[in-house]
Amino acid sequence: MAILINRNSKIIVQGITGKSGLLHARQCRDYGSHIVGGVTPGKGGTTIDGFPVFDTLNEAILTTQATVTMILVPAPWAADAILEAADGGINLAVCITEGIPVRDMVVVKKYLHQNKMLLVGPNCPGVITPGECEVGIMPGTIHKKGNIGVVSRSGTLTYEVVKQLSDAGLGQSTCVGIGGDPIIGMDFIDVLKLFNEDPETKGVFIIGEIGGDAEETASQWIKENMKKPTAAYIAGLTAPAGKRMGHAGAIITGGKGLAADKIRVLSECGVTVASSPTKIAQAMMQALNKQDCNS
Amino acid sequence: MNIHEYQAKEILKSFGIPVPNGCMVKSVRQAEKSVEKFGCLCVLKAQIYAGGRGKAGGIKTVQDAGQACDVAKELLKKKLVTIQTGTHGLAVKRILVEETIAIEKEFYLSITLDRRTSRYCLIASAQGGIDIEEVARTSPEKIHTLYIDPFIGVRDYHARRIALSLGLKGRLIEDCIKLVQNLYKLLLEKDCSLVEINPLVISKDQRLIAMDCKINFDDNALFRHPDYEKMIDDSQLDSLEIQAKKYDLAYIKLNGNIGCMVNGAGLAMATLDVLKEYGGEPANFLDVGGGANREKVAEAFKIILKDKKVKGIFVNIFGGIMHCDIIAQGIIDATKQISCELPIVVRMDGSRLSEGKSLLSQSGLNVETVDTLADGVAKIVQRMGKKRKVIAN
Repeated sequence: MAILINRNSKIIVQGITGKSGLLHARQCRDYGSHIVGGVTPGKGGTTIDGFPVFDTLNEAILTTQATVTMILVPAPWAADAILEAADGGINLAVCITEGIPVRDMVVVKKYLHQNKMLLVGPNCPGVITPGECEVGIMPGTIHKKGNIGVVSRSGTLTYEVVKQLSDAGLGQSTCVGIGGDPIIGMDFIDVLKLFNEDPETKGVFIIGEIGGDAEETASQWIKENMKKPTAAYIAGLTAPAGKRMGHAGAIITGGKGLAADKIRVLSECGVTVASSPTKIAQAMMQALNKQDCNS
Repeated sequence: MNIHEYQAKEILKSFGIPVPNGCMVKSVRQAEKSVEKFGCLCVLKAQIYAGGRGKAGGIKTVQDAGQACDVAKELLKKKLVTIQTGTHGLAVKRILVEETIAIEKEFYLSITLDRRTSRYCLIASAQGGIDIEEVARTSPEKIHTLYIDPFIGVRDYHARRIALSLGLKGRLIEDCIKLVQNLYKLLLEKDCSLVEINPLVISKDQRLIAMDCKINFDDNALFRHPDYEKMIDDSQLDSLEIQAKKYDLAYIKLNGNIGCMVNGAGLAMATLDVLKEYGGEPANFLDVGGGANREKVAEAFKIILKDKKVKGIFVNIFGGIMHCDIIAQGIIDATKQISCELPIVVRMDGSRLSEGKSLLSQSGLNVETVDTLADGVAKIVQRMGKKRKVIAN
C-alpha cells in the first residue's frame, strides 16, 4: 500500500538528459524504481544509459504507459513541463526543480484546479516508499520500511528527521517532500488525508518551517479529522523577521508565519511537537504512546 | 529583491501611472540645483532599503535651495535608523527630490501573492498613508480585496468595484480603472512579488497620483530580467551578503560568533535553533544548497572567515547527493587562502564519509568531526565556552 507511489509505479523523467536529470534517474533506478524512460525535446529516439528518450511527454506516455513523472527541468522551462504532464494525463508529477518564478506557478496552480493530476513540489526532495520506489533526490539508504508517514516542506532537514526515525527503529511507510515554495501542488492536508486512509501508516511526522500559515491550517484539519498519532517539528524558531531564509517561502512578514505561533497551534490541536530537531524520534514515540494510552 | 522608491516610481511612470515630478540626486549640490529648477516647495526623501523613513527623519520638506542644501547635507552623512532597519541603520547615499503636491485624500493600493489561494491579491483601502496591517487589524471592513484569476486578469468590472469601494466619483473612476489595470500589468511584466502604492492620492486639482511606492522583485524570476542587476544599490547591503549572492549562496548575517555552514534551508534553520538551544549564538545563516560543489563550499567558508565576529565554526552537511570528501576539500581550499586557527566542528553524513574525515584530520586544522547534530552543536558550544574561560583567566 503506502501512498502515491509503489513498486508498480511506471515513471518517466522530464529533463532526463540534463546532468541532475540523469544522475537522479539512475539513483532512482538503482533504488528499485521502475524508470521507463525520459523526455528531452530534440533528443527523441535516442537512449541514454539504457533509458529511451522521447521528444514529448505524450509520446512517452503512449509508448511506456507511465503514470508518474519526475521533473528535473531547469526553472525557466519547469512550469511548461508541469503543464505538459497535466495535459498529457499523468496521475502524479513530482517536480524537484528549484527557483520557478511565482508568476509561472500562479498559472500552473489554476490549471491544476481543473485537472486530476497531483503535483508534489516544486522545490522539493520528492517522494519515497522505502524498500519499493523512490521518485526524488533523497538518499535512499537512510530510509527504512515501516509505518510512519513523513510529510515535509524541507529537503535536507527531512533527511535529518528520517535518519533519526530510522535509527530509533521507526521505519517509514512513505515520505513526501511537498516543497519550500510559496506556491506548491499538494499541501500538508492533501498528504495527511492519504496517510489517514492508508492502512500501512500508523503515525505521521510533519516537518514545517516559518512562513505562510500552512501548518496552522493543517493543525485545524488534524484536530477534526486525523485518526492517527501525529508529531511535528517546526524549523526557524530563532529566525530574524523579514529575511528570506533560503526557501522562497520561508520569510516572516508582518508578524505572520512565526514558528512560535505554529508550534502553539499544533500543540493545541493535539500534535506532539518536538522541542528540538535533535529530539525527533522521542516526539514520535511520545505521540504513538499517547495514542496507546487513550485506546 | 529590493529597489529604491525613485526606481519604483520610474517603473510606475513607464506603465502610465502618474507620480510627482522628481529626480534622484547623490550630492548636496545636485539637491540644491533640483530644488532651484522645480522652483516650488519640495520634499527631500532619503532612499534606503527600508520603510519607516518619515518618522525617523528621512523625509523633509524644504522651501528653497538654501534649505535643500542644509537638509541634503544632514541626510547624506546619516545612517538612518528606522523601525525596519535594525539598530545599525542604513547609510543614505541617494535622495529623491520631488515637487510637493496639494493633497485632498489618501488611499492604499497594493498587489502581492496570497499564498492561501495561490493567487495575486489586490488590496485597496480608503485609509491610506498609514500602516495597512494596523488597518487590517482594527477595521478590516475598510480593506477591499480582489483575488485575481490568472486566466482572466483584472477586468474593467473588477477595477470599477475597487474604484467605487474607495469612494471615487466621475472621471476619477475611469482613471482608477486604468491605474489598477496598469498596476497588474506591471506586476506581471516585471515579475514583482509586491507593488505597493501608499499613499495613492487625489490631488487638489483632481488627479490620481502615486505619492510613495514600493516594489519587490521575485528573486526566482531574475533570469528573465538581466537589467535588474544594475538597479541594485550595494551601499544598502552587507558586503558579505553581496559576495554570497555572487556565488548563489543564501547568506544572512546575524549577531553571534559561531559561523555556520549548512546544506539546505530547512536544516540550516534547524541548526540555528539547536545552537541557540545549547546556549550558542550563530553569526550567520548560510545555505550552500543541495548540490554544492568544492568551489562553492570554499567560497562559503571564506565568507564565514571574513566575518571578524566569528570565533568558531560549525559545519552541518547532510549528504545525499553531496560527497563528504568534496566538502572537506572545499573547507581545506578556503583555509589555504584565508588562514584559520578557529575551532571548527564538522558534522557530515552521507557518501564517502571516511574519506572526508581523513582529509580533515590530516589537514592540520583545529577541526573535530562528529556524527550527529546534537553532538556537533554541544561540541562547538563547549569549545567556544572553553575559549572564553581562557581569556577570562
